[in-house]
Amino acid sequence: MASSTEAPPRKNRVPRRPGDRIFAGVSTGSGVLILVALAGVAVFLVTEAWPALTAPAEDIPGGQGLVVYIWPLLFGTLISAVLALVIAVPLAVAIALFITYYAPRSIAKALGYIIDLLAAVPSIIFGLWGMNVLAPVTVDPASWLSQHLGWIPFFAGPPSSTGRTMLVAIIVLAVMVLPIITAVVREAFTQTPQLHQEAALAIGATRWEMIRMAALPFGRSSIIGASMLGLGRALGETMAVAMVLSASAGGITFNLISSENPPTIAANIALQFPEATGVGMHTLIASGLVLFAITLVVNMIARAVINRRKDFDGAN
Amino acid sequence: MKRSTLGRAFVLPTTAALAFGLVACGSANEEGAASGPTINGAGASSQEAAQSAWRTGFLESNDGMINYDPVGSSGGREQFTNGGVDFAGSDAYLDDKEVKAAQERCGEGGFVEVPAYVSPVALITNIEGVDSIKLKPETIAKIFNQKITKWNDPEIAASNEGVDLPDTRIVPVNRADGSGTTENFVEYLKEAAPEQWPHEVSDEWPVSGGEAAQGTSGVVQAVKNGNGTIGYADASQAGDLTTVEVGVGDEFVKYSPEAAAAVLDVSERVEGRGENSFAFDLARDTKESGTYPIVLVSYVLACSNYDNADKATMVKDYLNYMISAEGQKAAEEQAGSAPISDDLRSKVQPAVESIGSANSGS
Amino acid sequence: MSTSLTTPERDPDLHTPLGGVSLTAGQLPRGAAPGTLVAAAVAGLLLWLLAGWAVVPCALLAAASYVVIVYTWSRAVEGPRKATDRFVTALVSGAFLLALLPLVSVIVTVVSRGAARFDAEFFTNSMLGVTGEGGGIYHAMMGTLIITGLATLISVPIGMLTAIYLVEYGRGKLAKAITFFVDVMTGIPSIVAGLFAYALFVMMFGPGVRMGLAGAVALSVLMIPTVVRSTEEMLKLVPNELREASYALAVPKWRTILKVVLPTALAGIATGVTLAIARVIGETAPLLVTAGLTDGDNFDPTDGRMTTLSVFSYYEYQSPGLFAEASFDRAWGAALVLMIIVMLLNLVARVISKLFAPKTR
Repeated sequence: MASSTEAPPRKNRVPRRPGDRIFAGVSTGSGVLILVALAGVAVFLVTEAWPALTAPAEDIPGGQGLVVYIWPLLFGTLISAVLALVIAVPLAVAIALFITYYAPRSIAKALGYIIDLLAAVPSIIFGLWGMNVLAPVTVDPASWLSQHLGWIPFFAGPPSSTGRTMLVAIIVLAVMVLPIITAVVREAFTQTPQLHQEAALAIGATRWEMIRMAALPFGRSSIIGASMLGLGRALGETMAVAMVLSASAGGITFNLISSENPPTIAANIALQFPEATGVGMHTLIASGLVLFAITLVVNMIARAVINRRKDFDGAN
Repeated sequence: MKRSTLGRAFVLPTTAALAFGLVACGSANEEGAASGPTINGAGASSQEAAQSAWRTGFLESNDGMINYDPVGSSGGREQFTNGGVDFAGSDAYLDDKEVKAAQERCGEGGFVEVPAYVSPVALITNIEGVDSIKLKPETIAKIFNQKITKWNDPEIAASNEGVDLPDTRIVPVNRADGSGTTENFVEYLKEAAPEQWPHEVSDEWPVSGGEAAQGTSGVVQAVKNGNGTIGYADASQAGDLTTVEVGVGDEFVKYSPEAAAAVLDVSERVEGRGENSFAFDLARDTKESGTYPIVLVSYVLACSNYDNADKATMVKDYLNYMISAEGQKAAEEQAGSAPISDDLRSKVQPAVESIGSANSGS
Repeated sequence: MSTSLTTPERDPDLHTPLGGVSLTAGQLPRGAAPGTLVAAAVAGLLLWLLAGWAVVPCALLAAASYVVIVYTWSRAVEGPRKATDRFVTALVSGAFLLALLPLVSVIVTVVSRGAARFDAEFFTNSMLGVTGEGGGIYHAMMGTLIITGLATLISVPIGMLTAIYLVEYGRGKLAKAITFFVDVMTGIPSIVAGLFAYALFVMMFGPGVRMGLAGAVALSVLMIPTVVRSTEEMLKLVPNELREASYALAVPKWRTILKVVLPTALAGIATGVTLAIARVIGETAPLLVTAGLTDGDNFDPTDGRMTTLSVFSYYEYQSPGLFAEASFDRAWGAALVLMIIVMLLNLVARVISKLFAPKTR
């Protein structure tokens, strides 16, 4: 980023100061420390997962091998997190836009504060809320959906009579990641150069055109970054999903409103770990390893997308 | 800028002082708390409420501190066998491999394993307009195996004469997490209705497609929120939900502490595990009148020998309190468990009395 | 970018001044949009109250009719650009209201259920020797503050310095590797972080170790990637012009970072740190295996079990015993306190960032 300022070929009249060297050293050290910590976690994960990877198929819970065990979990994790993000990102951008550009200044501050606050609500509260408040509310709409839109695979039914469905889990996840994404995106919008905005308005752009031309391109990298942050949380969310979702092993289905749902990896670990023994426990850790890999892929994609737009970074 | 420098000078120290000020004083109810040995336990979360009752009752007349982490039965067994905790709670008795590990950990004298927490598992239902229902074991198995899907099925109607059963879909609710309650319930189905229940016994629910909920609270909540639901849960949490009268022999029995504890008296002790191990294979298919066969029996594990004499005394006294009439009553009042019979108590008492320290004599 | 703006709608007539473009464009009368909104809302209400429709379709219908009416009206009078602007305004506001619904519902639920136990005993007592009703959360409150505080102390410096390294210094293989592995770290399931910390402390202290510090380490593993990610994001938003201006004045790089870059990004970093704290303060599973559960006070993070609010709340809810109502009240109360603590932290973060941030206006 700061490469333009380094300019090594210039006559190096100013020697590198000790302060610089120390500071650079300390920062680099922190980075390396993270690598070491992660290496520790990785070693721990792989050693713990190894017995499951090498165990004969019939020892794995379910008796049909690791792939059969983990595949529904993977499916459940992906479908819940991705759909939650599909709901949350547009809403989060809308909220951030509303707070930054539409709401009156005095109200905007309070609104921003409320949203930040919501990012701080612990997942167990979302779990309690989803189970006690949201799930019962969705029972009637879900049965309406299955009656009238049953031809869409998402709403095939039969509808759950308790409302503890994938749909509710997705909504809960969306609500959970919404404030996180909003907070980061809003921060980016407030950093949009005032000059760009004023220039757009000065040439007669409407508010939306100004947002489209000045704010959104500037914030794009942040929106993607924030979405990935949200996706990370949605993928790894444990307690809320465990409490809300009625999950049974082996249920791969796009059906969002029945009571038979694939569990998510993180929730499954939380549910089964306390009573897991031997290979069962190692299998759970192996599923954690898979979650690890997914996050890795997701983040690599996100990095690639952001890097393509890198010219816009640093407000150049 | 001046203001901000001033601010910098004050904010951090003030925050720090505030934090330390808060830490300095303890809880209002703990002032002058006497110190004593600390013993730590871990294990089944089903015992958590009972353990809380026991340690409260025990510490009223004893010094010291008792901790119990409800990490789950297998976690408790593992931590016990590798020496992480002084005692453990487990919904199942140790298997052969764990017996060896426990003997290794405890060394000479072996380990102590006594049933301390017996809790009836109630079948709870929420069907609009129905406030009493009787079910035979075979019917229960078919319901949970999703072979009977409507409440007005002739098989249900046959044992419920005079009850107006609605044409509602049956929604069986099971535990989503691995649990001793599930294992005990499945074991009951397997033994009481082997033909209708083809699944293996494990702590995970074997049938997919039902409603699954996390923990006892989750099951109760799900049953409450739905219509036509039926689930199994610790009887203490049944609340005002309708509980099923279960067929035993020719009669139907509603759960009660006495009926649940009675099962233990007709069950057989597992042999060859050392004199201080009281593990029971429950007689789920009992035809004995007045017994309620769906029970969860949870064990307490300890060593016969501890290096530290104070600790040994404390563990011994604590276990003694657990199985005493007083302790069992406290658990019944707080956790809704079924007190063990005097007969059983007199059998397991010597095992608890054997706890001591090799160093105490010298 | 300006080409899209100035598409001329007709050929300029050079004979008349101003090229024949009227100076005043058509405009909706003042109050047209709010009026339509009120009308749509009233219509929706009438449908709900009189026709007996359900709430949701009524609200949807009212919102949709408002959007359609305002859009077509504005398009006819003001032209497509203004109409699109109004359409987006309606959409954004609508989305905002929709999103607010569950969020408000969460807060109302927690406050109304949690307020039942807001008495002096709840805040000054621990659970030692309490069964059934009564009892307090002082021990859990302190446990949360200590463990989360320690986790913050560990992860904020490491996370911030790493972000500084990545943005200001890092290039080459090491920076790439760090970026990559920080991303990997965001994918660690919380229970795995807990087990890792437990395994680490067992290696150092032997089996069965339980201490607040181990909990803090577990939380740090979860917290660091969030701190790095958000700090990095914010540092990148600092205009390069600021850095270059500073270098031009011969300010050394480290002073530039400390005095120019960091203060400019501080508000954003503070938000990021608060978010990171919020991410971990409600964790239960990793804390249970590392810090355990106890009824009484323990303020020493290097010795013995320590209860935190989230663990407390979870187990009060999970295994309530016979006095379920009292337990549930405590669980919700603890959850509310947790929310309030995070709110206060948020406030502190804001005050700090305000004090340190450069005055731009």
